[in-house]
Amino acid sequence: MENESVTTWEPKILAFLCNWCSYAGADLAGTSRVQYSPNIRVIRVPCSGRINPLFILKALQSGVDGVLVSGCHPGDCHYISGNYAGRRKSATLKRFLEFLGIEQGRIQFSWVSAAEGVKFSRVVDEVTKDIKKLGPLKKFFKR
Amino acid sequence: MIQQQLREKAKELLSNKTVDLIIGFGEWTLPLRTTPVFIRTPEGAESLVWNSFCENNLTAYLHKFSRLKIGLVVKGCDARSVVALNLEKRFPNHPPLLIGIPCQRLVDRKKVKKAVKGEILQAVEQGDLLLVKGEDVNVTLKREDFLYSVCQVCTHRTPHQAHILIGDPVEEVSPVEAHPDVVALEGMFPEERWNFFEKETSRCIRCYACREACPMCYCAECFVDSSRPRWIEKSFSPSDLAFYHIVRAYHQTGRCSGCGACERACPMDIRLTYLTQKLNQEVKDLYGFETGIQPEAAPPLSTFDPEDKQEFIK
Repeated sequence: MENESVTTWEPKILAFLCNWCSYAGADLAGTSRVQYSPNIRVIRVPCSGRINPLFILKALQSGVDGVLVSGCHPGDCHYISGNYAGRRKSATLKRFLEFLGIEQGRIQFSWVSAAEGVKFSRVVDEVTKDIKKLGPLKKFFKR
Repeated sequence: MIQQQLREKAKELLSNKTVDLIIGFGEWTLPLRTTPVFIRTPEGAESLVWNSFCENNLTAYLHKFSRLKIGLVVKGCDARSVVALNLEKRFPNHPPLLIGIPCQRLVDRKKVKKAVKGEILQAVEQGDLLLVKGEDVNVTLKREDFLYSVCQVCTHRTPHQAHILIGDPVEEVSPVEAHPDVVALEGMFPEERWNFFEKETSRCIRCYACREACPMCYCAECFVDSSRPRWIEKSFSPSDLAFYHIVRAYHQTGRCSGCGACERACPMDIRLTYLTQKLNQEVKDLYGFETGIQPEAAPPLSTFDPEDKQEFIK
């Protein structure tokens, strides 16, 4: 890995997708043959409110270059309010990490419904582009 | 004055059995320090003191005496910690009786030690002055030049939540707008901020004194001690040290009263309060919440508003 030249470097992005909306959205993107960047690794979670901030930190520490958290649109949560609770955790964690010096754009959040396969592909492309621009995560990452 | 009133009140509460135990501050053998005292008899109330060195947040001791009726000597920040703990249902049997004293802002002993050459043998407070005596020194310092940075920004010095208030409420204006470290860091590049953070945390010896001193850190199993899942390795790598300090601070989101106990407890002088102060600012900015001000308001991360800000979400 160390010897990889900058030109061949591809970011590793971890995506936490909620089972009921975003994961189904990703599935729709796949079955509809919509193309998107192959840089994401998906972890399916029951709800975006299930995301413990420790998941995101652990992911960054373990060597991913970026994290995407995606859930149902406000009002559409399968568990009524899970995404609202998740939104507060996301907002505070994102601001705090950016204050500490993790670059803006390393962790990103989105709402993708089960019907939005095209939006899912767009989100993944945007996130990948942002993180490619930032380059590999050099701080915090545990060698 | 206040000290005498405090002793009388403590004596009264213990003799009429309103409380079983009073936790307060007592004289200690070292200058610039006080020690927590645990008083069970009316006679013992004479050992209570009140001065600018009463720095501990005694709320942290409440977890150890859950079966007793406790009278707790509190400053503004301590009282807010009690309110926050009460919201988290930490006092199912006896909520503590709060004996509040409006705080005059506390003196940072480390700053005093830095300003005085040689060993300090005696320090006496006289109004706005500190008379410091050592082997070869005998100086008079201005008290306000040696305050804790968290005390400088404090705007909740009067413990309005207290059941008994000793002394008069003080004016709630802070000499400094925002925590100096937060202001300085906000003007830097992300790279510089991370370097600062990593330089500070690299000194950490993982004694967890910051966690032990904090009244809000009461989990039966802390995330650093958990082995399933094992969130964090038991190493001193910069990454693990940073991980610990990020999460310790983040777990205080919307719960920290800004008492500064974590930073005072640190044997390596790591600057910690700027992290929680920043989080307090964010929570205030995003959700208009301040810890321990409204006794009924739910902690910000355990509630939500459908109209919360979400401009950062795609």
